[in-house]
Amino acid sequence: MVIMTLDLIFFLILSLTAISTALGMLLSRNAVYSALFLVLNFITVAIFYLLLGAPFIAMAQVTVYAGAIMVLFLFVIMLLGAESLPKAKVLPWQKPLAGLLAVALAVEATVIFLTRARPIGEVAQPDAAVNTVTNLRALGDTLFTQYLLPFEVTSILLLVAMVGAIVLIRKEKRVH
Amino acid sequence: MVPVNYYIILSAILFTIGVVGVLTRRNALIIFMSIELMLNAANLAFVAFGSVIKSFSGQIFVFFIIAVAAAEVAVGLALIVEIFKSKHSIDVDQMSSLKG
Repeated sequence: MVIMTLDLIFFLILSLTAISTALGMLLSRNAVYSALFLVLNFITVAIFYLLLGAPFIAMAQVTVYAGAIMVLFLFVIMLLGAESLPKAKVLPWQKPLAGLLAVALAVEATVIFLTRARPIGEVAQPDAAVNTVTNLRALGDTLFTQYLLPFEVTSILLLVAMVGAIVLIRKEKRVH
Repeated sequence: MVPVNYYIILSAILFTIGVVGVLTRRNALIIFMSIELMLNAANLAFVAFGSVIKSFSGQIFVFFIIAVAAAEVAVGLALIVEIFKSKHSIDVDQMSSLKG
């Protein structure tokens, strides 16, 4: 019973962190601060993955999202010098309307998830007895048998993205 | 143990914050970051549901989503750099050349 309460307190603190860093990303005027808030948010979500018993995904989240992707973002922000945009005229009705639609979306998504999907039950306890190696082995087994074709298609997708980025960035050659 | 409903509600809130970012910000890079936040919220829901039904499928979907997000960021940032080269701004309001 005590452990359950502790779990819940831990969850609440983490979700407060996640929501406040997401809001910080949304509201800060400087794009560099936004990127750093988002890094913190990704790390918080990685801790949620650990709580849900998904250590591999948590590590992939930290290395790929918080590491590679956000470094790329920071690099582009500083390369372009695009920390903040100059003031411009804004549509007066845009922000209230966006807020209204967003609240509607959040309520709708929550209600549909909780009533139609019926996700009744509790998440599995990250059991200390189930060690990480067995977990990883089972994950790899599923990935390379049941999901082998999507895995191969993903490699082609990454190749196409790489070629696409290089083609977009390279200098135009003069024809004559 | 935490009920899975809490994770789903948290996921919906994070997704909504991402939607507000896309709707209200003008900086193309911040819009892009908001899209990443939405992908992340969906990932959280996937892992939570997968944990309830005790299946690895949720985690494997998240694995694929992370790979697709990496590809998307590579191409998207290349596009933003190209747009900056021609317009000297990444304000999405400036990208209205096709407007009638």
